[in-house]
Amino acid sequence: MDIDNNLICVKDLVKTYKMGDMQVFALRNVTLNIEKGAFVAIMGPSGSGKSTFMNVIGCLDYPTSGEYYIDNENVFKLNKDRLAELRNKKIGFIFQSFNILARTSAIENVELPMLYNSGIDTKERKERALAALKSVGLAERAFHMPNQLSGGQQQRVAIARSLVNNPLVIMADEPTGNLDTRSSYEIMEIFQKLNDKGITIVMVTHEMDIAQFARTNILFRDGKIVSNSEVIDRKIATDEIKNLPILDVNEVLT
Amino acid sequence: MKLINLLKIAYRSLSKNKLRVLLTMLGIIIGVASVIAMLAIGQGSKENIQTSMASLGINSVMIYPGSTNQGGVRMGAGSYSTLTLKDVDAINSKCDYITDVSPVVSKSSQVIAGNQNWHTNVVGGLNQYFKIRDLTVSVGSSFSATDEHTAAKVCVIGQTVSTNLFGENANPVGKFIRINSIPFKVVGLLAVKGQNTFGQDQDDIIIAPFSTVMKRMLSTLYLNSILASAKSENDIDNAKSQISTIIRIQHKLTPADQDDFTVRSQADIAKTFESISNVMTILLACIASISLLVGGIGIMNIMLVSVTERTREIGIRMAVGAKSRDVLFQFIIESIFISVLGGLIGIVLGILIAFLVSYFGKWPVVITGTSILLSFLFSSVVGIFFGWYPAKKASNLNPIDALRFE
Repeated sequence: MDIDNNLICVKDLVKTYKMGDMQVFALRNVTLNIEKGAFVAIMGPSGSGKSTFMNVIGCLDYPTSGEYYIDNENVFKLNKDRLAELRNKKIGFIFQSFNILARTSAIENVELPMLYNSGIDTKERKERALAALKSVGLAERAFHMPNQLSGGQQQRVAIARSLVNNPLVIMADEPTGNLDTRSSYEIMEIFQKLNDKGITIVMVTHEMDIAQFARTNILFRDGKIVSNSEVIDRKIATDEIKNLPILDVNEVLT
Repeated sequence: MKLINLLKIAYRSLSKNKLRVLLTMLGIIIGVASVIAMLAIGQGSKENIQTSMASLGINSVMIYPGSTNQGGVRMGAGSYSTLTLKDVDAINSKCDYITDVSPVVSKSSQVIAGNQNWHTNVVGGLNQYFKIRDLTVSVGSSFSATDEHTAAKVCVIGQTVSTNLFGENANPVGKFIRINSIPFKVVGLLAVKGQNTFGQDQDDIIIAPFSTVMKRMLSTLYLNSILASAKSENDIDNAKSQISTIIRIQHKLTPADQDDFTVRSQADIAKTFESISNVMTILLACIASISLLVGGIGIMNIMLVSVTERTREIGIRMAVGAKSRDVLFQFIIESIFISVLGGLIGIVLGILIAFLVSYFGKWPVVITGTSILLSFLFSSVVGIFFGWYPAKKASNLNPIDALRFE
């Protein structure tokens, strides 16, 4: 296994769930390497194991067996605290349901990962949170509560939160699943910009058009990788947004 | 994670549920307040006993005619007259640990002055009686040795007697009163002493020379009691045992015989009352502590609800890098916050209750620093103890399970 050039190295990953007496395989011997700077879209039908895979490589869940290295660290040898540190410093996670804290302002949500990073003082924390919000175009909404933000905006808060500790990799589990096309494309625009800056992105999606924004597509079926291919004809979000039909209010009303 | 951040997080999440926090806190507030108030009341009555005992003359030793045993039936103290003037003389000459001694006789009598009358206790004692009982004569003087010798018909009266016979603020000195139809000249008025521990009015008394009461009123040879005062507090026990020995010899008791008298000191009585008051205080504090315990269970209950309610939040925090420790501290700090703030409010409320009791109930209260510290510490410990389990539960969650929790 060539660890050096790869950010993520997964070998023989197996995850089983017990359902009564039955053993259900969510992952069957998955082996995968993801290079630094990659933008991977993981596709597959429901129950194909793509989300389970995501949770395992996002260090949120443990597999039944297998090996996993991220940035040359043997993840399954780490204790819970070191794992938490890893999540804090090297991984930014984005969820389908946004998972930002309710009744907590956008900036406070973005500050959250830095609260668990003792090297950052209050002043720096505020500055970095504001900078992260600015990078996702929400600077003027910093002090809004989540219920005052649209879905797309909430997801952008989540992205800002994942960025704020300068992670090596952003893992997004169906980031556009709850969003309309325009918001989805805006999220993809942000992802592509981040990727251009060198941040690795791993994204789970079941939408073909969203997967087209990635560089590489991986297809899961029955807990196994069935294909791993470069995206031909990759879409650029900035261009796609321009081509989206603009809803003319006057037209709808007449 | 820095402590200040933890405090901020705890404050934020608590401020989102103000009413709930307040109601949970109420359990602790009531617990702490009642502990403080109960201890204050208990301590107050204890010190009240101590001061009023001191006013009786703390070094005094009393000898009562003892309980007799008539065919197995014990008659109780004072049921049998055994003490005589000879005993007084023996104590006076042989006991090394006492300064003063006085025989005491008393008779409750109807007293008449002019068109007023009053029923009170007439005590006959030597001049030393005043000293032993720590009585002072505020107007006039006490009777002299000559009065004692001649069985003079003079007396010193207490304020209550004076008020009832001669009216408010009257000077009774020089006036005559009739006790059981015998005219007595009032030579002195006692300084006001107030009620003693048992609620008796110490000013409702007439004191006359011992020989006068003995010969003119009672015509008896036996004494009601003997009063002595020890040289110092440390000599009380020695005085008691020596007096016992002296009287046993006087009464020619064989070693097999039981004492036919009882020797007690003011300190013994004070101790008894103090121990009763201690038991009461402990009992009250225990009952109050139970409410503190119930308040603690309230905290645990609400923290468990809070953990369940915020499982997703815990998941999010863990996903962005919170360690188990961080989650544990977050919830523990919340429960400590509730209990400590509740404790502080409870202390203020408890002090307030204590003052209200002393103001309206005319009950002495003493708030000690120990009781405040104790109940505050107890409430904090309650917070940590009952916050631990919910916090531990939260910190043991798996991030993915917490995130998936609906």
